[in-house]
Amino acid sequence: MEFTPIIGLEVHVQLLTKSKLFCGCPNLFNPDNPNVQTCPVCIGLPGSLPVMNQEALRLSQKTAMALNLNLANFTKWDRKQYYYPDLPKAYQISQFDLPFSYDGWVEVTLPSSGETTKVRLIRAHLEEDAGKNMHDESGRGGDSKVDLNRTGTPLLEIVSEPDIRSAEEARVFLEELRLLLRYIEVSDCNMQEGSMRCDANVNLHVHEDGEKIPTPIVEVKNLNSFRGVEAAIEHEIKRQIKAWETDRKRIGDVPKETRGWDADRGQTFGQRGKEDAADYRYFPDPDLVPVTTTDEQFDAIRATLCVFPADRRNSYVSDLGLSDYDASVIVDQGREYADYFDEVTSVCGDGKQAANWLTQDVQRELNDRKIEIAEFSILASVLGTVLQKIVKGEITIKSGRAVFTELLAQSDDGSDVTANSVDTIIADKGLGKVQDTGKIDIAIQAVIGNERNAKAVEDVRGGKQQAVGPLIGQVMRELKGADAGSVRQMIIDKLTS
Amino acid sequence: MDITGSTTGQLLDAMQNGTVSAVEVTQAYLNEISAHGETVGAFLSVDSEGSLTQAAEVDRKRSSGESLGKLAGLPVAVKDNICTKGLATTCASRMLENFVPPYDAHVTTQLQNADAIIIGKANLDEFAMGSSTENSALQVTRNPWNIDHAPGGSSGGSAAAVGARLASMGIGSDTGGSIRQPASFCGVVGMKPTYGRVSRYGLVAFASSLDQIGPFATDVTGTARLLESIAGYDVRDSTSVDRPVPGYSATVEQPLENLRVGVVSEFFGEGIDSDVDASIRAAIDVYRSLGAEVSEVSLPHTRYAVATYYLIACSEASSNLARYDGVHYGRRAEQFENMIDMYAASRAEGFGAEVKRRIMLGVFALSEGYSDQYYLKGLKVRRLIRNDFDAAFENVDVLAGPTCPTPAFKIGELVDDPLQMYLSDICTISANLAGIPGVSVPAGFSSNGLPIGLQLLAGPFEEEKLLRAARMFERETVWHTKRPSFS
Ligand SMILES: [Zn+2]
Repeated sequence: MEFTPIIGLEVHVQLLTKSKLFCGCPNLFNPDNPNVQTCPVCIGLPGSLPVMNQEALRLSQKTAMALNLNLANFTKWDRKQYYYPDLPKAYQISQFDLPFSYDGWVEVTLPSSGETTKVRLIRAHLEEDAGKNMHDESGRGGDSKVDLNRTGTPLLEIVSEPDIRSAEEARVFLEELRLLLRYIEVSDCNMQEGSMRCDANVNLHVHEDGEKIPTPIVEVKNLNSFRGVEAAIEHEIKRQIKAWETDRKRIGDVPKETRGWDADRGQTFGQRGKEDAADYRYFPDPDLVPVTTTDEQFDAIRATLCVFPADRRNSYVSDLGLSDYDASVIVDQGREYADYFDEVTSVCGDGKQAANWLTQDVQRELNDRKIEIAEFSILASVLGTVLQKIVKGEITIKSGRAVFTELLAQSDDGSDVTANSVDTIIADKGLGKVQDTGKIDIAIQAVIGNERNAKAVEDVRGGKQQAVGPLIGQVMRELKGADAGSVRQMIIDKLTS
Repeated sequence: MDITGSTTGQLLDAMQNGTVSAVEVTQAYLNEISAHGETVGAFLSVDSEGSLTQAAEVDRKRSSGESLGKLAGLPVAVKDNICTKGLATTCASRMLENFVPPYDAHVTTQLQNADAIIIGKANLDEFAMGSSTENSALQVTRNPWNIDHAPGGSSGGSAAAVGARLASMGIGSDTGGSIRQPASFCGVVGMKPTYGRVSRYGLVAFASSLDQIGPFATDVTGTARLLESIAGYDVRDSTSVDRPVPGYSATVEQPLENLRVGVVSEFFGEGIDSDVDASIRAAIDVYRSLGAEVSEVSLPHTRYAVATYYLIACSEASSNLARYDGVHYGRRAEQFENMIDMYAASRAEGFGAEVKRRIMLGVFALSEGYSDQYYLKGLKVRRLIRNDFDAAFENVDVLAGPTCPTPAFKIGELVDDPLQMYLSDICTISANLAGIPGVSVPAGFSSNGLPIGLQLLAGPFEEEKLLRAARMFERETVWHTKRPSFS
């Protein structure tokens, strides 16, 4: 049978504000101390009233700009009503018919095919998060508890069109979204801590006898890792193929189904969701006033945006001459990594050199030490200084590595390493390129004159240029920091002229 | 001196010149509460100890020459849907019978800043839903003028407390007439300010877009004094309006020149009591005699007001009251099978019949497929009602009419006829839908000795004009000086 998977994602992202969306409580992940980040407003005590956090809206609008969404000058708050113990007011303040942003897109490139596609976004709206129910998992039927620390934290809901055609594309879309949101510093998008959550709507378009038959839509809820998103969708596609082959149910034949994801068993499973035939009785929240944002205010937010990852990749390729692969490797590590790269490049003046060092030497150290670039002890300006000396021909790459190693050793011993440390190390270790041709001349004479080398010297004289290698090596050993290229030329000149 | 027979102005003067102390004033009211409190049933709780402590603190401040607030030493009855830290705030509901708020409402803080004495928490219809205080799940409140009659509602406890001189002033909330109608029934002055004039922070919500806190006193000046102490912007209420509060009590004695009074013909329609009709027409003649220009005014959408009000108020109420689910605070049923059952049983036990009726109406009106024709249509009609008022206020300064078509009905008379009960709000409801201020002033008595109230309405934030117009009438009449005979 022929079919096309049709996938749309709903992504929830917690915003990095200091306080919650409608009260002054701190917005912190704090699962170990339940119910300490609460106040009359977020626990919904009688008589309490919400007041909108301007910063949350600003971060949301900034996000919308990065996601190519249209921004509304006028937006409002609505109540979404349902009963659940983690929702103390029995309604969630959300946005219904007039979200603050709509109609956007994210561009993704699939690693498997290299193909680039646009995933359209229906909307992004802002809402308050619920708390967390904690059930007795011992099986002894103890009381369930509710932690309201998370209640009322600002949550951005981003809804895609069903434009995604594979599990891989869903994962890549989500990764690109995370990268983007981290670049613009609106969310840390930590799926383990729940600051990024994803639900996937999946069905198939079965192609049969020239007809396109949509199968029933299934919503897979609460996917909490990138691998989980990919695996769950892959499993769901296979399951739906089987389902089609057995019952041939089309969209509309059965109500929309909600399924969970069991990561251990690698299977989705049927769930009775609270939204089964739910009527949320949305209506405008009378405790809040509609929000108006002027174009000037949008411009002010736009001015705070950084260069987005996709633009950065493009400029690394076209302006610095990096390969697509290297550009992606650097950009995908995150904004701090790319910023580090940019600084190294600007100090040393050679993007390719900077890329080589970052993706090899630096990355190896980060991996060994299990640290992020922000924690790396060699600042970008210092590494840039080392590379600048290589680029200018003042030291060899090999000497550069020696300087790098020494810088690490010194910082491991607790010293601060600076650009000055680079000069000191080069001087102390005699790593500077030997520019004094007189000195090189003497060393070459000694090597040529050495009995051991008589054969090689003859070969070179006879035109066998590859025989020059061992001679260069000996000169270099004698003279740390000499430039191999010039030594080679000088030996050949001496023996063949 | 006759402390409880005095106006707020007389009491402030007497405390200022040392004739009486704040403790003596508070004690005098506590004595009245001991004597008549049970008969009237105005209070759900009386804070004797706390109020005497506050009064002693006022006396101490005065003797040591410290500055004092504008209400220093005046005992005030606060409706029990306004949060008072450490004092039970029950909303007259089984649901919140034991709820003690951990925080003060904005109004509570304002009263404390003004050195008022919060003498007790006053009865109300459960969650302020009703027009007679008979929907209180906790207590019956009686009209001080005739204890077989209802005090009106929902702020019946505050109105009855002030009417019976059990408190010098009262605080109520008005969603569809809940201050003005009981003020009218109990023979006191009661005012609903412009929506947004007084912060709702700490007022337990009934219908958020209509609720407004306001003052009761025995006279207009006391009402002005209390309003200027509680009004003003509060960042914690997004719907409160940031504009300065005029000194209402300083200007209240100044008559308005060339006052234009509009008489609302729709408020004299079918069902108006003949005594009420006569008293209000006489009141309008008082304005004529003062040189005011009186004209007839029509508010054509008035006939849709009651239906619109119940759609909007019940829709918002169904959402506002959803939080009382037995999970986090308030009443939780003892017996239940599972989570859903816990919600259902707790709410079934905790709410009275009228609250349930309104929640069900509201849930229906907001349901998918119905909200367009009910809630959203209600909002559109609301706009038309506001337009009626805007048009009227282009030609007149204030609108006049009865506060209620009838004097206080008997306790039990209308409980089985909710529709008739709803119609008793016909003259007051439009002001809430339009968000404008209104005041009820004593304007006579029925043949069987029950008070009648004159309602005056003005444009948004025209409280100063409204109070001055009310005071013009009051100065020419004696109705506000009458006291129920048992006290
Ligand atoms: Zn809070």
